[in-house]
Amino acid sequence: MNNIEQESNHTTHQPPIAMYLKVWLLLFILSAFSYLVDYLNFQGILRWSLILLFMFLKAGFILSIFMHVTWERLTLKIILFLPLFAVIVFIALMFIEGDYIFINRNITTVING
Amino acid sequence: MKNTQLPKSELDSLKNDTELGWPSVNADWSKDKQVLAMPWGKLMMWIFLLSDTFIFSIFLISYMSARTTVVAAWPNASEVFALTIAGQHIPLILIAIMTFILITSSGTMALAVNYAYRNEIQKTVYLMLATAALGLSFVGLQAFEWSKIILDEGIRPWGNPFGAEQFGASFFMITGFHGLHVTVGVIYLTVIANRIRKGYYQHKGYHIVEITGLYWHFVDLVWVFIFAFFYLW
Repeated sequence: MNNIEQESNHTTHQPPIAMYLKVWLLLFILSAFSYLVDYLNFQGILRWSLILLFMFLKAGFILSIFMHVTWERLTLKIILFLPLFAVIVFIALMFIEGDYIFINRNITTVING
Repeated sequence: MKNTQLPKSELDSLKNDTELGWPSVNADWSKDKQVLAMPWGKLMMWIFLLSDTFIFSIFLISYMSARTTVVAAWPNASEVFALTIAGQHIPLILIAIMTFILITSSGTMALAVNYAYRNEIQKTVYLMLATAALGLSFVGLQAFEWSKIILDEGIRPWGNPFGAEQFGASFFMITGFHGLHVTVGVIYLTVIANRIRKGYYQHKGYHIVEITGLYWHFVDLVWVFIFAFFYLW
């Protein structure tokens, strides 16, 4: 049994439970903040930047603490995050294309009444 | 040595490897050994989650494409998902409750993983079952949300009374796929918790709890993005 216990602690650093509780509380607060963005009816750039800020903070805490990425080796981090670059490129391409389509649809609407 | 193909001496050398940064990456890939010293199930779960990330990214990108190209006004999610509770009209309240439920379940799951590695198995089982119960209530609320939206608001994948037709298609596709993940997660958690209770992992080690946890946290992670982009934006 002793041997197994040693083994199961091999690859994983175990943070104290208090840390989880703090992050948990923080996630609650961040969720409440992102709900408030809607409740208080913020609009425009302020709304979008606050939504993104709270979203990335929440995602970061879940990934780094709850999913233990902080304590993983750099090799795994690269395996996980390098492919996401393709997603970012895809988002950028589709956003530019979407803008172009929108302008053309508007022109068509104006010309055809 | 039941969780890995490596002899113990090599695992020890990895454990004691103090290299950090790029030298550690170089060492991991170039030394004549298994690249990542972790149970294969954990690495496979990470690879699966990475591929799942791509699927959800594609859904959200298609939603972005629809939303940026439509000429008609996009329905205001804040109002579509509002509820009247005790005579009070509260915008987006159902989604907020669902968000808090999912965050709570993520917390109980994180604690379950921690207790599993501390060999407090009874607590692990209870926390995993609590996580599954919270997941189930999430799915229940989602079923309520869907029926409200389909029956009361008349939203369909091909059109709705509020504006752009693509709203329904994006909504059912994205939240449906996420709900499917939560449902699968509830089943997964229940099966694993039951196996732990029966002592199935007594000699195998409790890595399985961390692997299950990775899946569950990922479901929560995806919801963070859906909440931000679909409901709040």
